[in-house]
Amino acid sequence: MAKIKFKLNDKTVELESDINRRLLDVLRDDFSLTGPKEGCGEGECGACAVLLNQKIVNSCCTPLANVDGQEIVTIEGFSKTKRYQIIKDAFSEMGGVQCGFCTPGMVIAAESLLNKNPHPTDQEIRIALSGNLCRCTGYNMIVKAIKKAAKDGEGLW
Amino acid sequence: MVKSLIAKSLNQALEALDNHSYQIVAGGTDMLIQNRSHTGMPIGYKQDIIYINLIDELNYIKEDKENIYIGANTRLETILESDITPKILKDVILEMASPAIRHTATLAGNIGNASPAGDSLVVLYLLDCKLEIKSINNTRTVFLKDFITGVRKIALNNNELITKLIIPKTNFTNIYFRKVGPRLSDAISKLSFAGGYLIENNQIKDLRIALGAVYITIIRSREIEKEFIGITVDELVENKEKLIKAYEPLIKPIDDQRSNRNYRKKVALNLIKEFISKIEEA
Repeated sequence: MAKIKFKLNDKTVELESDINRRLLDVLRDDFSLTGPKEGCGEGECGACAVLLNQKIVNSCCTPLANVDGQEIVTIEGFSKTKRYQIIKDAFSEMGGVQCGFCTPGMVIAAESLLNKNPHPTDQEIRIALSGNLCRCTGYNMIVKAIKKAAKDGEGLW
Repeated sequence: MVKSLIAKSLNQALEALDNHSYQIVAGGTDMLIQNRSHTGMPIGYKQDIIYINLIDELNYIKEDKENIYIGANTRLETILESDITPKILKDVILEMASPAIRHTATLAGNIGNASPAGDSLVVLYLLDCKLEIKSINNTRTVFLKDFITGVRKIALNNNELITKLIIPKTNFTNIYFRKVGPRLSDAISKLSFAGGYLIENNQIKDLRIALGAVYITIIRSREIEKEFIGITVDELVENKEKLIKAYEPLIKPIDDQRSNRNYRKKVALNLIKEFISKIEEA
């Protein structure tokens, strides 16, 4: 047990917890943030993705210890931003959402990419999504949606 | 319940390691998965953990005339994006896991894990990588090939920590990296290959071959390489079969859920053949 303090969705949070716990469990069980989901539980599907210091990580293989003093944004926090609105509209328009289970992770992957590279090529988008699985296999629409978001959100990233 | 510790400075980590036996965890992307229990249950670590991911002073990549130096905590994505990273190291990192894993995972972690299928190892062996290892009262340097002693076995004392990778600069004419896996990202290799060569005036000045996941550690034979250094490209092509034959007895893969020994051996030998063909075509 140890005291851990970090920024979660723009608020500083503090908790006394076992630092070996997975960030995914802490987010879901302690903070009721159910946007990050457990798909494979071993870093292969990206359903649990969150932003750690603005970069995508898998919360299922991030120990709580590694977020002490860092900044975490989940899909719940990101959904309050203008960038999210652009990505969301692009996903809706291009048919980038089917069953929706992978979508929070896909949106986090899109934000992590656009934050680093506001004008990605198709290939760069596919590399950025390479750790996110969509079992409805709607990849092409997701790639198109991110391309559209990059265009519609010109200047935001 | 294990008594885990977050180290925020190198000194703090070395002092803690000197006083207590810990399992070292960097990004945690392998350790959490290897030790995970059912969802919601505590991670099944058998030892106390020291977390080193937040030690900033070990997070850098820099160079001098001879070497590239990579701090043990430098994330794979940082190495991928650096201008001083050798091309072949970028090639392998781009096929390691996914951006999400690359944002936290480290090369030192991949080394400490010492899996025969560790993706970066095949390239680090090819580049003659050395490691700086520190304890509270000592600093030593060791070749990676001497550090990994078997499947998940490393020559690291309880009070020691890998602090730095030292990669000598090379001037290969060309390099060749191939990872054979079921999926481009987030896949554990069936096997992997890295090769590099230097040709000057039609003469082979340097020739290196490394093979991953086809033996208990990475295969790299300086004895075989030496036999083919100094000859002309034509002579190398003429002796292609001899070179492939020399590697054949070293390749001793296993059957597992990812692949089988026959496939691994055949593809490993084919990749050597393909590498020599690339030299021939160049």
